[in-house]
Amino acid sequence: MRWVCALALCLLPTLAGAKEALPAAEDPALEQRLMRLAKELRCLVCQNESLADSHADLAADLRNQIRDQMRAGQSDEQIKSWLTQRYGDFVLYRTPVKSTTVVLWFGPFVLLLAGLAGLFLYLRRRRTRVSQLALTPEDRARAQALLQDVDADAAAR
Amino acid sequence: MKSLRFILPLLVFVVLLMFLWVGLSLNPREVPSPLVGKPAPAFQLARLDDPAKTLADKDLRGQVWLLNVWASWCTSCMEEHPVLVELSKQGVVPVYGLNYKDERSAAREWLARNGDPYALSMTDADGKVGIDYGVYGVPETYVIDKAGVIRFKQIGPVTPKVLSEHILPLVRRLQAS
Amino acid sequence: MIPELGHFALIIALCIACVQAVLPLLGAQRGDATWMALARPAAQGQLVFVAVAFTCLAWSFVSNDFSVLNVASNSNSMLPLRYRFAATWGSHEGSLLLWVLMLNLWMTAVSVFSRRLPSEMVARILSVMAMISIGFLLFLLLTSNPFERLLPPAADGRDLNPLLQDPGMVIHPPMLYMGYVGFSVAFAFAIAALIGGQLDATWARWSRPWTTMAWAFLTVGIAMGSGWAYYVLGWGGWWFWDPVENASFMPWLVGTALVHSLAVSEKRGGFKSWTVLLAIVAFSLSLLGTFLVRSGVLTSVHAFATDPRRGIFILAFLALVIGAALALFAWRAPKVGLGGAFAFVSREAALLVNNVLLVVAAAAVLLGTLYPLFLDALGLGKISVGPPYFESVFVPLMAPAVFLMAIAPLARWKQDRPLDLALRLKWAFAVAVASALLLPLTLGRWTPLLALGILLAVWVAGAGFVNLIERALQQRASARVSVGTALRRLPRGYWGMLAAHFGVAVFIVGVTLVRGYEIEKDVRMNPGDTVAAGGYQFRLDGLKQVQGPNYDATRGAISVTRNERPVAMLHPEKRIFTVQQMPMTEAAIDTGLTRDLYVSLGEPLPGGAWVVRVYYKPFVSWIWGGAFLMALGGIIAVTDRRYRLARHDARMPTSAPTTIVQAVS
Repeated sequence: MRWVCALALCLLPTLAGAKEALPAAEDPALEQRLMRLAKELRCLVCQNESLADSHADLAADLRNQIRDQMRAGQSDEQIKSWLTQRYGDFVLYRTPVKSTTVVLWFGPFVLLLAGLAGLFLYLRRRRTRVSQLALTPEDRARAQALLQDVDADAAAR
Repeated sequence: MKSLRFILPLLVFVVLLMFLWVGLSLNPREVPSPLVGKPAPAFQLARLDDPAKTLADKDLRGQVWLLNVWASWCTSCMEEHPVLVELSKQGVVPVYGLNYKDERSAAREWLARNGDPYALSMTDADGKVGIDYGVYGVPETYVIDKAGVIRFKQIGPVTPKVLSEHILPLVRRLQAS
Repeated sequence: MIPELGHFALIIALCIACVQAVLPLLGAQRGDATWMALARPAAQGQLVFVAVAFTCLAWSFVSNDFSVLNVASNSNSMLPLRYRFAATWGSHEGSLLLWVLMLNLWMTAVSVFSRRLPSEMVARILSVMAMISIGFLLFLLLTSNPFERLLPPAADGRDLNPLLQDPGMVIHPPMLYMGYVGFSVAFAFAIAALIGGQLDATWARWSRPWTTMAWAFLTVGIAMGSGWAYYVLGWGGWWFWDPVENASFMPWLVGTALVHSLAVSEKRGGFKSWTVLLAIVAFSLSLLGTFLVRSGVLTSVHAFATDPRRGIFILAFLALVIGAALALFAWRAPKVGLGGAFAFVSREAALLVNNVLLVVAAAAVLLGTLYPLFLDALGLGKISVGPPYFESVFVPLMAPAVFLMAIAPLARWKQDRPLDLALRLKWAFAVAVASALLLPLTLGRWTPLLALGILLAVWVAGAGFVNLIERALQQRASARVSVGTALRRLPRGYWGMLAAHFGVAVFIVGVTLVRGYEIEKDVRMNPGDTVAAGGYQFRLDGLKQVQGPNYDATRGAISVTRNERPVAMLHPEKRIFTVQQMPMTEAAIDTGLTRDLYVSLGEPLPGGAWVVRVYYKPFVSWIWGGAFLMALGGIIAVTDRRYRLARHDARMPTSAPTTIVQAVS
């Protein structure tokens, strides 16, 4: 009889319901969508943290609001506009493209094109300038002597 | 214009310097409200003194009024409270309180201890109305006109200077129209 | 007594710095050997006193002297010893003292390792560095005195921010500052060259090892900061494009451009004024970073507490130093001569394009970081510029640079043919394209971005191999030696370059694979529950309360198995620090070569369960491995023979001849 009890005791943990853990969120897919959006939104009371990462109360409140709106069928765009109506563009980490932010979004590429173009023109001009500085016969003789030195060194090693 | 090329870095730096200089007097954490000039968001909340009764935005049409967001757990609110109490004694403009994310008993006790400048206070326990108004910190104060349009938002405590330089002149102008 | 001693030492250091800034510089102008000779002992003397001051502050922290305001604000008697020591630089004042200490270490290094430089050069370099030192010492003494007393003394301190109570705090700031501040040497070399009017290949050769060393330190510093954020913040992020992070990244980008530009200036005598400008800009960005972090102009998780007086001081200092440097540049640089000629397809051209791309990238980061300030200053509203912007802009700028990085080492100096290069690299390219198409599929997901990452990484690595094999075979053929000897004969500069470029490839692999294939599971766990991720099984065995030196924690025990075989035992903690009552997550990570298993505790739930976050992060350690490999490459390059041989230099001409056959590099 005793071994039956022992066996039963051994099986108890499995009976206790040790199982595959449930997702922390009720709707993991929604939660993923929430976090993806929240990563692009700014926490208003933090020192430069996203709404997804922040532990602040307001951030939690806003995440709850966004979750409710997502459940109600609002799109990401609608939610973003709901937030900007209340807090302005400050809340968007993905800076909207407006007349005031054109320089921000296109500046680097304009700069790149200008840089490459400038480089191209500079190199072209440089070639003509440098070709005008030819070697004088004295310099040429010096160069020859040095090269012979270098060859002698290499041969000696 | 070979020399022009070499002076360009210095010129760019001077422009940058000017921006940084101006930047020293700005506050990068302040979020101005996009609601200034727009209708105040609608609300209907339970009153702090009598939870059975409610206060709605429509009840306040036709007068110029201040909405002050406060809480008993907010330390900065202590700074502006005497100013508000003084303002309420003058009777120039009614101040309505939005008790933000607070506990009813704690809030009432706080008012009892420090004075009650509010014509009425309402409770926003979950902060939803606060979010509608773009509240992100406490205290904040809004000036709302007779038509129910937000005309001004003060972020942070109302100081005597803010009161005399911004709020009161605006209130008088709005009341006259 | 000790704090006053430290304070006094700083004042003496300032006096020495004043002497060091004026006399050697004047001496160099007038050819006065005695005055010039003052530079070296002055630099070393300054270090002694700054070191004394630093030691006094550190001593105050370690011995819990709460009559010093800085100690009372940033430390606590329950804080473990190593963190009490690290708290020395945990505040604005203390970190500034660390800055000054690093500057003095670099100054002394220059004074010791510069025997072969002409005395005017050394005098000017040390004078310029002394001027910078004066600025920071004045800043310390006038606005940010770390030795200020708190009377009556506090009973105990307010403790170091729990996020900083970590080994990362002991090593990341010193490394970072070594790099940041190290660019002052390149800066001083550039200014000295502009003042003396001597801007030639030898100047580039002298500057190069110093710049590379500073760059290596900065690489390590940034990598450590990133790694620290990764394991301390609880969700495995490692880069946030935060203004303070950007403040260290911009000098790194420009520093990388500078290291490459110096190579051309040294070997071919070209780009001299551009190189000088880069040297000035790199250090200017370091100074700008110092301003941004401490002035309150930008919001950042890393920012120090601010005070408008400090902001104004640093801005004035910035204006003075950078303004003077750029004015000097505008005045003297046009007089610098031209270097050798080169074609549109050549190593020089490739390096110039690399420079343009890197500098534009740095400008983009600067633009994004300061744009909110620009708009606010112009009254055009408040916006935020965050990671979505930086990633959209940075990746398209860097991808061509990385692509070019594979080709440039194979390109010949002065002139090369595109067809030649293409033929030499055809196999490397083919393998890269094949990997880009197939590897993501085998790992489970294919997107254009993932393919691009794999393409670039394999391309760079492949081209590196091709380069190595070509050179080894070339040496073997020309010198008739074995492959082994040929490899050994290759200069360390070359190995350094190879290692650094491989490091970039490794880094890209890490970033691409972890982004594309990481798995995150947020679950509710009771003891006994399991969750699977990435082929591993995680089981919560139990939780218990533990006590640390200055915190209470709940500690979980998570056993990890794979195919029934045990892999690791992880112990994530949720700590509440006693003094500041701040909760903190301490993640538990099982680091592996091909993956990290990352577990952190979330919040407790009613009923004894806990929210647990489990991550499977493939190849994430390659991010830091790549960065360390880059830094290692830099260090190897600095130990190249040519920087150590004294005799050779005497026979070399002092300026590069205008045309000469391809230099063996």
